[in-house]
This record gives sequence, structure tokens and C-alpha cells, in this order.
Amino acid sequence: MGNPWIAFLVVPLVKIVVILLVVILMAAYLSYFERKILAYMQIRIGPNRVGPRGWLQPIADALKLFVKEDIIPSRAEKFVYIVAPALITAPALVVFSVIPFGADTTFFGLLKQPIPPYLTDINIGILFILGVSSVGVYGVILGGWASNNKFSLMGGLRSAAQLVSYEVPMGFSVIAVLLMAGSLSMVKFVEAQKQAGVWFIFPGIVAFFIYFVCGIAETNRNPFDLPEAESELVAGFHTEYSGMKWAFYFLAEYANMVVISSVATVLVLGGWLRPFPNVAALAFLDVIPPFIWFAAKVGFFLFCYIWFRGTFPRYRFDQLMALGWKVLLPVSLANLLVVALGVLLMGGAR
Amino acid sequence: MSWFIVHFAQIVFYFLAACTVAGAIGVVGFRSPVNAALSLLGTFMAVAGLFVLMHAEFLAAVQILVYAGGVMVLFLFVIMLVRVRTIPEEPQYLRSLAPAALGVGGLLAVLVGAGLWAAAQAPLANPAALRQVQGLTLGNTEAVGWSLYRDYLLPFEIVSIVLLVAMIGAIVMGRKEPGKEGGA
Repeated sequence: MGNPWIAFLVVPLVKIVVILLVVILMAAYLSYFERKILAYMQIRIGPNRVGPRGWLQPIADALKLFVKEDIIPSRAEKFVYIVAPALITAPALVVFSVIPFGADTTFFGLLKQPIPPYLTDINIGILFILGVSSVGVYGVILGGWASNNKFSLMGGLRSAAQLVSYEVPMGFSVIAVLLMAGSLSMVKFVEAQKQAGVWFIFPGIVAFFIYFVCGIAETNRNPFDLPEAESELVAGFHTEYSGMKWAFYFLAEYANMVVISSVATVLVLGGWLRPFPNVAALAFLDVIPPFIWFAAKVGFFLFCYIWFRGTFPRYRFDQLMALGWKVLLPVSLANLLVVALGVLLMGGAR
Repeated sequence: MSWFIVHFAQIVFYFLAACTVAGAIGVVGFRSPVNAALSLLGTFMAVAGLFVLMHAEFLAAVQILVYAGGVMVLFLFVIMLVRVRTIPEEPQYLRSLAPAALGVGGLLAVLVGAGLWAAAQAPLANPAALRQVQGLTLGNTEAVGWSLYRDYLLPFEIVSIVLLVAMIGAIVMGRKEPGKEGGA
């Protein structure tokens, strides 16, 4: 590491490329697993034609989307219509710059010194994630507005109301976990759980529940997928989008699912830590590398997403608003008070 | 190349400042309300970048979270519901406002000039001192919290009551009369 250019330019660039590739591939293969799991839940087989067991289906889908005709509606607001898919995809990918995927590692002795396998750790990590992902809503509302289509507009409006409403209880549930960790940095969250010797999901079960419910609403997934409710709005905000622009919306939705799952993993499920990280009797679990633990936890949350889609019927819009404002918000506020009192009594914060 | 590295912060500052001003001009210049709202969004983002440049990361994140993520979304929501694509071409009464604009602009220039002059007279403040609380050096977020909840607790509580009053007022005004059509 003698040359500063390597440390400051090459290493981060390599990390950025790897993270982007992994996230995009994950989004593509998440669609494959979603179709497969839903198919098995409905006693079907699912995609099985392209490649062995349908493994190449996402690649085929991507190729198809690349060569599809890109249609712009005649009376659309052209500039906004083109920019909107990028406005939702970019924040979804930027967020991955502060998510800690694992402890410092030499990649099985490949490197001389251990390096952190994440891009960076900033001291406002979780606020950065909340802020950047709140910008993603512009892609949905502007895309819906610029399409000049009433279904799109309705989808965009619903999405704006839904995302702004569910951001509030989500923020409060994050604050509750924040009080336990005593820091905003994503790495410190994991380190605090290591010090406490217990994942924060046990003291923070209510916060976790609210966070995950709001996370599903923020990513417009079933049972909160009203912005694109196909039985009433055709396809909601992306009705008019086709080809790669539609693919960007698709990529953003699945990348956001990975973001919500990763943040939930870091906040309450100990990030890259094994279960009960201070119990020596479980030390044999350390043969599994930290980022495998991380990936397994994220995978569990992603499976839950698909599981919910296969299980729950969709909410009505007034039910959705009532749930957000009249149930989740008061519960998250009460939970915040209880957690704050608990932290104070245990002498956790200064 | 070394010149670039030495002046990097200044280059970023002038870029962000130009974005801020360009966005502000766009807000008043665009005829389509959505374009004006997007310009305002650009201004918010650039201001957040300026905060980062001054090591006020917490302010930057809150700026994006509250203004870009909350306030502007509601603006766009209203604009889209009203569905004005462009303001129809009608006579504008801007000319009669020109003297007022000149007066306000002149006053602003004088005030900014005076502020810059005063800042140039005083010695540069030590930004590290802002993070010192009882001899401890804190992070940005902790420093904001300490000064907000310890040194300025009373003004903070008064501001929150003012906001609460405004919110209750908005709810009372927005509430539909019971018994009328479309209530609840």
C-alpha cells in the first residue's frame, strides 16, 4: 500500500464495481427465486426452460429487455419521463456504499493486510440511508406524472402518500435501536451488538416489527403494493414504461428490497455476527465467514418478502393509511419511550 | 495534478454554489410548476452538499431527509393533484414590481456585503471548538444534540410549541364539517 493512489482510488473503485455487480445480479436472481418460490407455494413448477432448472432465466429476461422497443407516450413530459427511472435506481444503489457486509478480512489470506469489505463507514450511516432512500420516491411520483396516464398518476400519488406516511414510524423504530447502540454509524451498530453479547432483536422486537412492516410498505411490496395494484391500476406508476426504463424500475424495487433487508440485518440481527457472539460454546460457528452470516440473514428477510407476497391479500388504501398513522406511529412512539427508559435505567447512554 | 488536489475543496464548493444559485433561478424562471419544484430539489441537494463540505454531516442528512424527502414530495403531490401543466399565457404584472425587486435586492446586497465585511474583520473561528463539550471532543451529531438540548433547550421547546400550534391550526382548518358530504 505504498502508493496512495492505490489506497484512495483503486481499492474503492474495485469495491464499487464489485458491490454494483453483486447487487444487480442479486436483483436479477431475486426475480428468479421469487417466481420459483411463488410457483412452489402455488404447486406449480415455475420457470424451468432456460438453462438447467431455469437458472439462466434472469439473463434471458435482461437480454430481452435490452432489445425491446423503447416507447415514449406522445404527450408525455419527455425529459422527466426519461430521468424518472434513474431517479429511483440511483439512490437504491448509492445506499450500498455504507452497508457493512462483514468484518475486516484478508479474503482467505489473499491480501497481506485485512481490509474492510464495505466501501466506507460514515458517522451518520443510518441517517444517510434514510435520507438517500427517501429521495427514491421522486422516481415513482415523477414517472407516474410524466407518463400522462391516469393509472400512472394515481399510482404515483398513492406512492407519495404511502412513502411519506410510512417513513415516520420507520424513523422512530430506527431511533429506538439507535438508543441501544449509541451511534449512527452502521459498523458501530454491529460492534455495539457484539459488546452487548446479544442481537438487538431481543430487546428491540417491537422496533424490528415496525421497521420491517414499514420497509415492506416503502418498497411497494405486497401486501402494501397499492402504487402498482394490477387489479385496479393496470401497473400503476410504470404502466407506460417499457424496455430498459421499465427494467430500471424493476431493478430499483429489488435493490430496495435488498437494502431494507440489509439494514434490518445490521440494526437488529447482528450484521455479520454469529448468534450469541460472546458465548464460547458456540465458537465452532466461527468457521463460517462473517459475510456468509450476513448473506444468510439478508436471504432470510428476502424469503420473507416473497413469502408475504404468496400469503397476504392486498390492503385497501384507507386501511393502509389507518394502519400507518393510527397503529404503527403510536406504537413506535410508545416503544421509543419504553426503550429510552430501559437504556437510561441500564446506564447505557451517557 | 497537485494543484487540483490542493484546491479540491474549493472546486467542489464553487460547483455546489453554482448548482444552488442555478436551482434558485430555475425555481422562479420555469413556467411549468413541476420543473420549478425540481429546481428547488436541486437547490436542496446542493445545499446539503455544502453542509457536508463544512463537516456538518448531520445537518446535511437532515436537510435531505426533511426537505428533499418530505417537504418537496408534498409540494409535488399538490402540484400533481391540481394538475397545472403550465401557467397559461396571460399578462404578467411583473413590471410594476420592478422597483420593489430593486429595493429588496439592494438591501440584500448591502446586508450580505456588511456580513462579509464583518466576517473579514474578525479572526477565523476555530471550528474544532464547536465540538468541544466539557473538554470532550464529540462527533458532529453529538455536538448538535448537546447544544440543542442543553444550551438552547428553552428556545428549542418554544419552537416546537409554535410548530404544534401551526399543526393543530392546519388540522382544524382542513377538517370537514360533520354531517356534510364526503366527511371523515
